[in-house]
Amino acid sequence: MRAVDALMECLKAEGVEVVFGLPGGANLPTYDAFYDAGIRHILVRHEAGGGHAAEGYAKATGKVGVALGTSGPGATNLVTPICDAMMDSVPVVFLTGQVRTELLGTDGFQEADTIGITMPIVKHSMMIQHPLELPRAIHEAFHIARTGRPGPVVVDIPTDLSRADIPYEPITDVHLPGYQPTTDGNQKQIRLAAKALANARRPVIYAGGGAVGASAELRELATSDRLPVTCTVMGLGSFPASHPQWLGMLGMHGTRTANYAMDEADLIVAIGARFDDRVTAKLSEFAPHAKFIHIDIDPAEISKNVPAHIPIVGYASNILPRLTTEYRALKPDPARLEEWWHRIESWRARYPLAYSDSDDSEIKPQYMVQALFEATEGNAIVASDVGQHQMWAAQHYHFDRPRQWINSGGLGTMGFGLPAAMGAKVGRPEEMVVCITGDGSFQMNTQELATCAQNGIDVKVFVMNNGYLGMVRQWQELFWDRRYSQVHTGQYPDFVKLAEAYGATGVRLTDKHTLVEGMRQALATDGPVVVDVRVSAEENVYPMIAPGQAARDMVG
Amino acid sequence: MGEPGTKELLSLEELEAAGSFRTGRKHILSILVENKPGALTRITGLFARRGFNIDTLAVGPTDDETISRITLTLDGAVQSIDQVTKQLHKLVNVLKIRDLEPTETMARELALFKISADGGSRAEVMQVCEIFRAKIVDVSKRTLVAEVTGTQEKIDAFERLVRPFGLVEMARTGEIAIARGRAET
Ligand SMILES: Cc1ncc(C[n+]2csc(CCOP(=O)(O)OP(=O)(O)O)c2C)c(N)n1
Ligand SMILES: [Mg+2]
Repeated sequence: MRAVDALMECLKAEGVEVVFGLPGGANLPTYDAFYDAGIRHILVRHEAGGGHAAEGYAKATGKVGVALGTSGPGATNLVTPICDAMMDSVPVVFLTGQVRTELLGTDGFQEADTIGITMPIVKHSMMIQHPLELPRAIHEAFHIARTGRPGPVVVDIPTDLSRADIPYEPITDVHLPGYQPTTDGNQKQIRLAAKALANARRPVIYAGGGAVGASAELRELATSDRLPVTCTVMGLGSFPASHPQWLGMLGMHGTRTANYAMDEADLIVAIGARFDDRVTAKLSEFAPHAKFIHIDIDPAEISKNVPAHIPIVGYASNILPRLTTEYRALKPDPARLEEWWHRIESWRARYPLAYSDSDDSEIKPQYMVQALFEATEGNAIVASDVGQHQMWAAQHYHFDRPRQWINSGGLGTMGFGLPAAMGAKVGRPEEMVVCITGDGSFQMNTQELATCAQNGIDVKVFVMNNGYLGMVRQWQELFWDRRYSQVHTGQYPDFVKLAEAYGATGVRLTDKHTLVEGMRQALATDGPVVVDVRVSAEENVYPMIAPGQAARDMVG
Repeated sequence: MGEPGTKELLSLEELEAAGSFRTGRKHILSILVENKPGALTRITGLFARRGFNIDTLAVGPTDDETISRITLTLDGAVQSIDQVTKQLHKLVNVLKIRDLEPTETMARELALFKISADGGSRAEVMQVCEIFRAKIVDVSKRTLVAEVTGTQEKIDAFERLVRPFGLVEMARTGEIAIARGRAET
């Protein structure tokens, strides 16, 4: 059969239900195979939209996402999603078309060195050099994307090879001698960790994106005693925000309670978290009293930024249950944590996430998120874009379930939100999926509204419209003497009309008194809806650890 | 130290104090890789991205034809070498990496020197060659080519001695290395 038909068989064997892509000259053979392969293909309007949709799908379902583009510009349009998936460890296989082999390296029409361009931002990549390699390469790509620390894998397929006639036999094994992730934590280290935890008087569990796939196990550990838990922006939902042991998010715009707890902790259990600069703030003053247990699937993360006293390499889902068992066996005295909880409760009482509400009908952005929480009864999958709205969403929408919060944390990619929401809805059609975006970010991939409208993908987009590239404006206000340089977007475009032009419903909400009701109506409307919510223009995200400061010096 | 995103200027001293410029001892890394296209680029790209300058690089076959050995030498603080090593381990085609301990390692390099050696200086050049056990592999009226093997340091010393006679050209392979004793590299 044609190599591309074999490709379809491989995708089916990998359990692929849906792919996102856009055709072109170099992947015409692949698209011909899609014509009757029986795999759902969603035609996006820009490859970046397809890439982020595949990420949203992967983040919402935990399965491998698939995105396709043609050679040259199709592939370069995928660069941002590839990099985004790398930074946030999202399992996505990117299939790119390539010019025919005899044109390689000749600056052929629509030729780009896709492998070279993407080399630093992939977990792995392969260019097919012989049609017989294709099936195995596809299975290897899925295996690498899905296992260990997940990430993006690019398979670049020259168009001539994809048309080759090959004998196809299903492949059931992959053999990668250089790729053997350590998945089972070392028992001795786990025992050491349990002991340290049982002796700690001021412990904190610090959970990142790597804890999302081990949320039940995390909960077991935390509640086997009264261990306080904080999450990074990537880890939200891995521990229920409504749980009494939850301290809120930590980091630059985290709660004072979480950041102060890190600051005073004597033992920090990092789970699938990588001590990003947005979390540690001033590194030399980060958690000065703490010893660190660091649980991570990626040994290169251990002691990268902060030296780990007890490193444990493996899947959190493998390590945490064993840690819990060892910990319980030590029968730690819960009374030793009483003083610590007393301290935490006093921070909590003193520093709730507060803001001053308007005394007229003006909608404060924080209130907008609270209203959405109310209108969705806290049940929606929320995909976010990047900016102030993202931080307010993280602070005020309380996530109780893993995979309920989908955002671009590592790369901070504006334009991520809508396509990610679209991918999430495709992957979890039974769930309510909303997108919280900004007036700036939304326009970086608005074109996917057409994809949603055409395919009846029912996402509800809530634009927090402050007329600014708000997060940048905030930094200019606070740290650059209020010299607002190129951050004013005005009220352009008219998002209601834009929505209508795309075949979606457009609504504008401007009064806080009718906001929740307006949102409920939008949520009850069939098909994609864009809600243009006009909010205060110059509100700032607080609290905040200013650049160069330590956690204890939070302001606001 | 200024933070990214603020308007503070960063001085070179600050950068230096923050360890932005690395110095350290010499390292010899021995890396076994699957013989796959792009494997070398991935490895060198990793160093490039972290601002390491590779001093020498030697690639050759091993006793297994599907596997190549890359030996590279570079300067780096131990901490950051460690980080690159971990990153290298993540490359799918990389099988094994050793940061070789200098005292427990046999390291050798081969070099060819084309030296001007006309009437007057020829005898003297040949004497230097003899001391260094360099083989003379080509002779012309005005020049001779010497082949030297040894450690990087020995070859450096040879270079210093013959340079005054007129060094026309030099080619060096970069060190290859193997662990002493029975242990595998
Ligand atoms: C592709 C991209 N370009 C630039 C930035 C820098 N940036 C970060 S937040 C932000 C403002 C986003 O504006 P908007 O979407 O309106 O969100 P707001 O902060 O106003 O809520 C910008 C420009 C980015 N993160 N991504
Ligand atoms: Mg804005």
